[in-house]
Amino acid sequence: MSSKNLLNTFQKIGDENRTALLTYTVGGDPNADISLEIFKSIANSGADIIECGLGHGANIGDGGAIQDSTYRALSNGIKTDDVFKIIKDFKKEFEQNIIIMTYQNKIMSYGKDNFIKKCNESSVSGIICVDWPWPLNLDFANKCKASDLTFIQLLCPTTSDDRLKSILSDAHDVVYYISMLSTTGQKLKVGSEEIIKKFNQIKSISPEKKCIIGFGITQDTISDFKGTDACVVGSELCRNITSSINDGQNPATKIGQIVNDLKERLS
Amino acid sequence: MMDIKKGVPLIDQHDENGYWGGVFGGNQIAESLNYPIEQLTKEFEILRHDETFIKERDYYFKNFIGAPTPFIKLENLTNHLGGAQIYCKLVSKATGGAHKAYNAVVHSLICKRLGKTYIGGDTGAGYAGKMLSMAAAKFNLKCKIFMGAKDVERQSINVFSMRSYGAEVVPVHSGSQTLVDAVSECMRWWTSENESSHMCVGSTVGPTIFVKICAWSTAQISREMKQQVLETFGEIPKDMKLINCVGGGSSAMGFWNEWIDHDNVELIGVEAGGPEGSNKHAAPLSNDSPLGVLHGATQYVIQDDQGEIEETDSISAGLDYPGVSPLHCFLKETKRARYTSATDEEALEAFQLVSKNEGFVSPSLEPSHAFAEAIKIAPKLSKDTIIVVDSCGDSAKDSKIIAERLGYKI
Repeated sequence: MSSKNLLNTFQKIGDENRTALLTYTVGGDPNADISLEIFKSIANSGADIIECGLGHGANIGDGGAIQDSTYRALSNGIKTDDVFKIIKDFKKEFEQNIIIMTYQNKIMSYGKDNFIKKCNESSVSGIICVDWPWPLNLDFANKCKASDLTFIQLLCPTTSDDRLKSILSDAHDVVYYISMLSTTGQKLKVGSEEIIKKFNQIKSISPEKKCIIGFGITQDTISDFKGTDACVVGSELCRNITSSINDGQNPATKIGQIVNDLKERLS
Repeated sequence: MMDIKKGVPLIDQHDENGYWGGVFGGNQIAESLNYPIEQLTKEFEILRHDETFIKERDYYFKNFIGAPTPFIKLENLTNHLGGAQIYCKLVSKATGGAHKAYNAVVHSLICKRLGKTYIGGDTGAGYAGKMLSMAAAKFNLKCKIFMGAKDVERQSINVFSMRSYGAEVVPVHSGSQTLVDAVSECMRWWTSENESSHMCVGSTVGPTIFVKICAWSTAQISREMKQQVLETFGEIPKDMKLINCVGGGSSAMGFWNEWIDHDNVELIGVEAGGPEGSNKHAAPLSNDSPLGVLHGATQYVIQDDQGEIEETDSISAGLDYPGVSPLHCFLKETKRARYTSATDEEALEAFQLVSKNEGFVSPSLEPSHAFAEAIKIAPKLSKDTIIVVDSCGDSAKDSKIIAERLGYKI
């Protein structure tokens, strides 16, 4: 029961008065073997939940760091099935929930039903689709729910109050709050208190839903988000994968160190 | 079964979610763009019915862009080919040398109305960027143009113009370094800057509102041409064919807009077939490419089995786009328009034949694709058939490419 697993994980972390640490890296970056190694290193270093990017070349939401990871994976021939295999192999050894983050055309070209089936077979817990906003995503989101997958709705600073309420009312157990108007990996351009204010607004409308905060969170800023449900660090990890590769190092080692540090800063 | 409604503007024939025929278009965007798109949609609905705004638009169209552009008979080409009579809507006479000026002016006026001071846009051949920077300079807007690094190189004349008008040209190095990447980067920029900035999508692509604004703007072409046709023939000819090149599709939408309800007017779109024998064509409609989501809209798009957008290759930068307007997908499915393609070589030959015969008409490589189709079909048709080709760009910007291909040094 994948979506139940995801909610249980969040609840357990909440009971421990902790904020969940989520990481984002691109599946297959730089290749299938090292990517799996990176996921394992992330899990061993204490990440609670792992977001795995299914990269798309014509993305419209990614900043430079994640774009670099995406292009590296794609130019090394990584296919959607390779990413599912990495996840499946990971799940053989690790408990951590996996959330796939991708773009609509990746799902469409794979076939919506097929994609859901493959998520189930690979023990994926949730899906975030950047360019499939509410309410256009409702049919697919319902299909996900029927197959025990959490479709994670996105919210942002300019989501109006009415829209926020409607989205939350349709949302599954987990939602994602985009902390600022930007692509991924830009410097946080709003104060953390403003982000937490919006987080609290979301929680006051839907106390039972878990809310992930993402975009612009790094080693420097993560401690500001203690006390929220969960936050994601992505671009900082992708940037470090790039620099490790450029330095001829195994990225898994460096990423493990950073995740350890993030975990400490969040506790 | 998809149907076109008569008496309803084509741009308004989408459903509540922005899909034409329930399939094409939509607003498949990141949540961060939902608010500015809603805001723009509301504002445009007000402005398009606001007489002051329309007057302002028409003032700039007439006095700055030079509407109406000429509608002329290509006597020599007609005589040379035999068969149908060939006319030309010389849109390249619009200030700046192409139809992109209409969209640029309208977006700049909207930007002002929205109280925004910055405007950004994408460009392929450089026309959209050139016209947007021109309009931005006129309307005191700061301007940023996103352009694939490969296009910056091959369309340097237009890049020079953009910089002269004070625009910042941002070369995009990701992916194929052409228009598709420029549009992606421009949308990323707008995601971050939409509170103070307005985005102008350079063609009838992108989220629904951008398709609508662009087609509404370029519709000036067919609005004035309808008058010219009536003045020339005294009536709408019984057998008339309107041929236009199709990349994103903004020029064709403008050229056809007023003729959609006229069943005796055949609409022919010509896509870029690329180099002879190459598979890297930019012709999603005539090659039956699968449905996909690109830049916020569902459309036919050239892609591999992984949903990755494939590289296209065309001699014409303006047609080098792997997707196509949802409006053209809709026109194809409803069989209102027919789509075909011309190769690089055919376009080059057409350029030479038209320039040599007509002198005053020297089409850029984009409309040379449309002329290639006219040249193919005209000899087989009767003299009672009227072919009108939209010569939507001037060859000046392509002189370097054409000269190289023809073995001249300039």
